Amino acid sequence: MYDNPNLERKVAQNETKISARNVQVFYGDSQAIKDVNIEIEARTVTAFIGPSGCGKSTFLRCLNRMNDTIDICRVEGEINLDGENIYDKRVDPVQLRAKVGMVFQKPNPFPKSIYDNIAYGPRIHGLAKNKADLDEIVEKALRRGAIWNEVKDRLHAPGTGLSGGQQQRLCIARAVATEPEVLLMDEPCSALDPIATSQVEELIDELREQYAVVIVTHSMQQAARVSQKTAFFHLGNLVEYGDTGQIFTNPKDPRTESYITGRIG
Amino acid sequence: MPLLWLILIVLVLGAAGYVAGRQRAMSSAGGDPRHLHSLPVYYGSNVALFATVPALLVLVVWLIAQPMYIDRTVAGEIPAADIPQGSTLGLVMSDVRRVAEGLDLAISQGVMTAEEEGALVAGESGIREKLAQVGVALGSDVSPITLASARHYRDMTATGNLVRDVLVLLLAVGGFGYAFSKTNRDFRARNTVEHAIKLSLILSASIAILTTVGIVLSLVFNTVEFFRLYPAAEFFLGTTWSPSFGGGSSLGVLPLLWGTLYISFIALAVAVPIGLFAAIYLSEYASPKVRAFAKPLLEVLAGIPTIVYGLFALLTVGPLLVSAFGDGGLFGVNWMSGASSVSTAGLVMGIMLIPFVSSLSDDIINAVPQAMRDGSFGLGATKSETVKQVVMPAALPGIVGAILLAASRAIGETMIVVLGAGAAARLSMNPLEAMTTVTAKIVSQLTGDADFASPEALVAFALGMSLFVMTLCLNVLALYIVRKYREQYD
Repeated sequence: MYDNPNLERKVAQNETKISARNVQVFYGDSQAIKDVNIEIEARTVTAFIGPSGCGKSTFLRCLNRMNDTIDICRVEGEINLDGENIYDKRVDPVQLRAKVGMVFQKPNPFPKSIYDNIAYGPRIHGLAKNKADLDEIVEKALRRGAIWNEVKDRLHAPGTGLSGGQQQRLCIARAVATEPEVLLMDEPCSALDPIATSQVEELIDELREQYAVVIVTHSMQQAARVSQKTAFFHLGNLVEYGDTGQIFTNPKDPRTESYITGRIG
Repeated sequence: MPLLWLILIVLVLGAAGYVAGRQRAMSSAGGDPRHLHSLPVYYGSNVALFATVPALLVLVVWLIAQPMYIDRTVAGEIPAADIPQGSTLGLVMSDVRRVAEGLDLAISQGVMTAEEEGALVAGESGIREKLAQVGVALGSDVSPITLASARHYRDMTATGNLVRDVLVLLLAVGGFGYAFSKTNRDFRARNTVEHAIKLSLILSASIAILTTVGIVLSLVFNTVEFFRLYPAAEFFLGTTWSPSFGGGSSLGVLPLLWGTLYISFIALAVAVPIGLFAAIYLSEYASPKVRAFAKPLLEVLAGIPTIVYGLFALLTVGPLLVSAFGDGGLFGVNWMSGASSVSTAGLVMGIMLIPFVSSLSDDIINAVPQAMRDGSFGLGATKSETVKQVVMPAALPGIVGAILLAASRAIGETMIVVLGAGAAARLSMNPLEAMTTVTAKIVSQLTGDADFASPEALVAFALGMSLFVMTLCLNVLALYIVRKYREQYD
């Protein structure tokens, strides 16, 4: 037998990073997520697809407890990160968010310099021993965000002065700088043009080597291009979850098929 | 014809014009409003506007100009020799006006007839007693020249009123006729009315602006007048303030400016941290329920009249400070002799400014996009880290603007200072000593019995001008900063 690199990848993928059990989410009286069970694997890009308002962003925000900042939102069920329930009372949501980073739909650089944008997380969490250490962290994050070459000469220019695509890569670099284990991306390319989108997609593919990436997207092509696993949400239910190839070529559920072929959405 | 009647007639003409214009337009369209250029309402309004507006405008101008013209004419006829010793033309003229008004009243109330009035001879017929009967009290007997001038005054007023009445009525009827004759189905009445509305809006805006210009000009002229009587260098650089109305006073502005700035500084030192922290709590931490309850409550503070704050300073805060720092007080020191002091006024003024700072800052903090906070929370920052490192830097220009606006209010504040800070102008560092401010001295310089042409009274305008320039600069700076900030997110 000869070495099969795909086989090795398969083994790595089977390691579960996040597992959700019977998750329900309510906004006031209305239920946004109904009984979702899902296993998200390490070193894998998982895409959440589905029509608008189906709950995919809500579920994504449950994974780092961002929904805690919304007063009327209530989460039931259990979400385990490395086997530990993140909704346990002993878990500090602030610590959790350092481990589960997030990139938002609209690029939201802070009104600070590019350097300070990246250094924000490491400074808060005390990741750098001294200035030289911090410089190194910033450079590494910017390189991983595939934006180092464009900004290395103007690290102290304001982050808000970059173009949309650069801003989004800056935000990804900012999330990466805190050394998270999981990276959540909520439609990271919806505000970007096709060129910037392809740069971000390439970046996502590279990030897969180290992180579990979960991406919410409206673009089925994007899901097919960047993800290994795909979950289809519809009206708050997780309808189907499986390998991306299987979901797009041979969906089991008729609802998935209608959505992918464009009949509902 | 009494004025009220004249106005009523013009208004009735306007109302009639509305009905007539509307009907004429309708009949020219054969009773079908769809054939008209504009809605029937516009044709009516057009005629009503033409009938009333020019007539009323002329009336207003006439009412202002006629007394001025008559006054000047009559005054020009009084020879200088007839002005008694120790009196002035102005005093004689006010006598003339009173006699003229008194005669009018006497005739209209039937105390005397017009013939009797014509027969009056100064000094003999007891004019003073007769006028006293109708409630017009005169200081002395009426001199012949006063009586003659008063008669001339009455004659001119009567003629002027008649001309006015005729002119206003002619204008009203003419406007009515002109607009009515133009009314037909193709006339663009809608555009005319639109134009009239635009003109009335422009008029309101110009009144507001012209008033400001007028205020500034009156300040400037009186200030120039003051500097003609008193050297500017001594005013701006003098360190003593001791006005004496007999003359020979020193009017140095520095002690007053120092008092103003010192009290404002203490006020801001109280208001800025408390107001800002309150704003941060309300906008970032408070639940909607607490916010809905606490924010209006805090803003009630802004609705309290400043005189009430002054009373609070005088009766509560001042004595409280004395009981702490005064002779035999809580700390066993004797630093404070009276309830009035810089700290008393500063503390109370600070309380007054809290809602001002907090509600402005609250709006500015709320304007920081939620995406900024999400970004920070998503990186694992706590609320206070987010506020300190992301929200505040983003909101800082706006908050600086709010603080500058609060500062200009503190500088211009009067009642709290009058009641809380005392009246002594001095240059001192001790915050427990009584001092006074520019505003408080403006009040005391103008409320006395001073001759209005003396430097002691005119100095109030120079003080007002300095204050105006200071607050104007602060406001301009604040608005500039706030505007620059707004561009960032909108």
